[in-house]
Amino acid sequence: MIVERPDMQVKVNLTREELEKAKEMLGREPNIVELGMIDIMWSEHCSYKSSREVLKILPREGEHVIIGPGQDAGVVDIGNGLAVVFKIESHNHPSAVDPYNGAATGVGGIIRDILCMGARPIALVDSLRFGFPSSPHARWLFRYVVKGIADYGNCTGIPTVAGQVEFDPSFERNCLVNVGCVGIARKDRIMPSVASNPGDVLVLVGGSTGRDGIHGVTFASKTLSEKSEEERSSVQIGDPFMKKLVIEATLEAVETGYVRGLKDLGGGGLTCATSEMAAKGGTGVEIELSKVHLREEGMTPYEIMLSESQERMLFVVDPKGLDKVLSVFEKYEIPYSIIGRVTDTREVVVKLNGKVVARVPAKLLAEAPLAKRTSKKPAYVEKLRDIPPPPMPENLEETLPQLLSSPNIASKEWVYQQYDHEVGIRTVVKPGQADAAVLRIIEEDGGNRGIAIKADCNSRHMYLDPFNGAAGALAECCRNIVAVGGKPLAFVDCANFGNPEKPEIFWQFEMAIKGLAYMARGLGIPCVGGNVSFYNEDETTGRAVKPSTEVLAIGLVEDLKHVTTMAFKSAGDVIVVVGKTFREVGGSEYYYIVHGIEGGKVPAADPNREKSSMNAVLEGIRRGYVTAAHDISRGGFAVALAEMAIQGGRGAEVFLDNMPREPMRIDELLYSESNARFIITVEEKNLDNFISLCRNTGAPFGIIGRVSRSNRLILRYESLVLEYDVHHLEKAWKMPIWEYMEGLRS
Amino acid sequence: MRVAVIRFPGSNCDLDTVFVLRKVIGVKADLVWHKNFKGDYDAVILPGGFSYGDYLRAGIIAAHSPAMKYVKEMAREGLPVLGICNGFQILIEAGLLPGALIRNTTLKFICKWVFLKVKTTRTAFSNLMKREQVLKMPIAHNEGRYFIDEKGLRELMENDQIVFTYVDGEGNETPNANPNGSVANIAGVCNLEGNVVGLMPHPERASEAILSPYGSDDGKLLFLSMKNFLERWM
Repeated sequence: MIVERPDMQVKVNLTREELEKAKEMLGREPNIVELGMIDIMWSEHCSYKSSREVLKILPREGEHVIIGPGQDAGVVDIGNGLAVVFKIESHNHPSAVDPYNGAATGVGGIIRDILCMGARPIALVDSLRFGFPSSPHARWLFRYVVKGIADYGNCTGIPTVAGQVEFDPSFERNCLVNVGCVGIARKDRIMPSVASNPGDVLVLVGGSTGRDGIHGVTFASKTLSEKSEEERSSVQIGDPFMKKLVIEATLEAVETGYVRGLKDLGGGGLTCATSEMAAKGGTGVEIELSKVHLREEGMTPYEIMLSESQERMLFVVDPKGLDKVLSVFEKYEIPYSIIGRVTDTREVVVKLNGKVVARVPAKLLAEAPLAKRTSKKPAYVEKLRDIPPPPMPENLEETLPQLLSSPNIASKEWVYQQYDHEVGIRTVVKPGQADAAVLRIIEEDGGNRGIAIKADCNSRHMYLDPFNGAAGALAECCRNIVAVGGKPLAFVDCANFGNPEKPEIFWQFEMAIKGLAYMARGLGIPCVGGNVSFYNEDETTGRAVKPSTEVLAIGLVEDLKHVTTMAFKSAGDVIVVVGKTFREVGGSEYYYIVHGIEGGKVPAADPNREKSSMNAVLEGIRRGYVTAAHDISRGGFAVALAEMAIQGGRGAEVFLDNMPREPMRIDELLYSESNARFIITVEEKNLDNFISLCRNTGAPFGIIGRVSRSNRLILRYESLVLEYDVHHLEKAWKMPIWEYMEGLRS
Repeated sequence: MRVAVIRFPGSNCDLDTVFVLRKVIGVKADLVWHKNFKGDYDAVILPGGFSYGDYLRAGIIAAHSPAMKYVKEMAREGLPVLGICNGFQILIEAGLLPGALIRNTTLKFICKWVFLKVKTTRTAFSNLMKREQVLKMPIAHNEGRYFIDEKGLRELMENDQIVFTYVDGEGNETPNANPNGSVANIAGVCNLEGNVVGLMPHPERASEAILSPYGSDDGKLLFLSMKNFLERWM
């Protein structure tokens, strides 16, 4: 709606009711600056007004949790005086209209979230979703999103170590770009994003404030339309070089001991940083806009308060140590300005040349009224669930290479070769080698330990069954961490949905969070933070994206000796399947790629089954029994087995009759995406020990075959034999994305 | 023996290099802010990264910084000077090494492990290697395509200034083994005297078996050669 004032008119996203509510809380008409501040702080993006109530059901407590949701990032204790700080966020709308800058500034934003907790960022994780790569528009988005992430991440010296890429027509225009960052800090140096002490000095550090990114959050809080292209000015422009300086300077400044609070300026800019820090601290702030270092002349208070210019941090500094802190910024030649002080008024007071231009209670800004949303189960859910199974394919043998060539399964080498995944000399398990990345801890007295990192979500499962889909995403993420030898500790999530004002969309969201909460409680893995992105819809087609709750989990590898990859290691190793296969082919890649159908009953997620499988595999790895491990997920058993053979450059002979399973057809057994399963290999001499571990944890298992000396992968089932050349499978798996992106496949 | 690793604004392999020097090689290494560098060290390393954001051209702004005056003095005195990746770009832009580094032929950043062949062992950073030895190290760069004209290439060969080339697993300098389109598969060169060496691959990322997909630690040989050079000749 348009709000008129004598001096100007502004467009606000607030509803009429919200505007009335704001007036009532303020006790008067807000002026233009105040209106702008309220508008962005009450946007969906900043306020979580639709999602807050639902998110409450996620378990937030656990023995390792130092800081849970509500701060800029979650903080988890990993012992030895160290903490891991991590978070994931979306940058969908900006990336959909300007993929390069949108993705780059997404990376920039998540780095600041980690940095502002006082942690050194050590890894980036990116989960991306685009239309099918046969579409030129999808390829354009894909190419430039990856380049944006690469150029930004590489320059800052933070390795991009893990992630996910999914392709589905629902992401054709509204791509999803979820960026995560993991940092490490000494526990005693964790910084709160709080202004607690009246009298402390506010220092704005880093990039200058310009007109870019004004209304970024309100732009992100509505659906994309044809006009969205015109909103390119809502996309910020990143400067990774400045970011690198800000990272080093911030960490050095924190070391002085005089920084009392720290917050990055992201969505909502100066308004969000000042009001949230004051609201959390029960204090107020007073800032003078003439002190802010600006990029452009003639900027109004409205623009300065709403700008989302990048590479800025707000420091709350003890006045006693101000000189010391400022000398760090001077060393790095980073611009800074002393813009104000913490007060005890509980108000955000904004002045220009001494004259008050806005005065709003911090709480009014930081605690937007809830938006009541209704939910309704969409009609498609039951219709798609009950479709009849497709017929047996005529040539079953061809289906495996066909699935390996699916862009959703094929090698993502084209992507991760553009990311510097080695910088920082921590990356022990690199992209493509295993189910999760492992970064070693090189801090003093950190031990011979590592952090396992993985992000996961299957949006097709989520679409068909948001409850099991989201629960399955967390389960899969944890299995991936277990497969490399890590114990899952905690997770953060990034929920991407359509317009929450539509009851069918809100139902998807509610069910997904319920599913996530169910699995989190069952596994005892707390949620320590997250982000919600709504309005991921294309107005022209009226189509929402497939819902996705991307889960980013971290785990602790107690001893780097335990690190395990998926490659078959030695001929003669025994292959064991852990976990039972159910007739759960619904939503599978097999249905989609081979039969062109999207439906059926998706895999059920059951924390107890997960626990028994995970415990057996993790213990087996820690005792040194397991020589290779891989979780079974997208593409099912056959794809997982083929990937282990491809990575190891050697074949195997397996007997599917030995797989623990319920009765089903052979194609279903090969490609069911049932949860709670792994394929592992053990040396013959350790087989009995491993089996007794499975018996102890109650995990169903089947000894199905051996790694062979040749490069033949042979699958036997009753009288049926499927036989492949591993090099042939490797080619089918390795090339598709290169070919799409280099114009060799369309 | 004291080694300086210079941090320019935007360096990002500085801490990694210091870590390897201290923890793996066991030499005294200081991380020195570029403005504080006065050349009072036995050896100096310019680490990888994006000095000054690679704005204008990779390495060129750092090449004109006051710190480089001291690096040049050390080079003249015959002390070991190593440039890794962005450091190599800086040494070239500063005129301490011949040739140029331009954008990869793929026009993309490439991060992957490659094989290198040792072409000369006379340098301060390759004296513990064997000629023709094949080393494994990762590359990570956008502008790593080594270029030099034909006359320059002839001179490099005549003067034994090519230190490393990209090869396949069997040690052959094939076009497929050349990740970025470098002239004659060149990955690293030295000055006439052999005390100044620059290379695009990252030895500091390849000095510990745990970081290598092959369980190798070949990168260590560069730093151990430097140590050996200082112990024997200084």
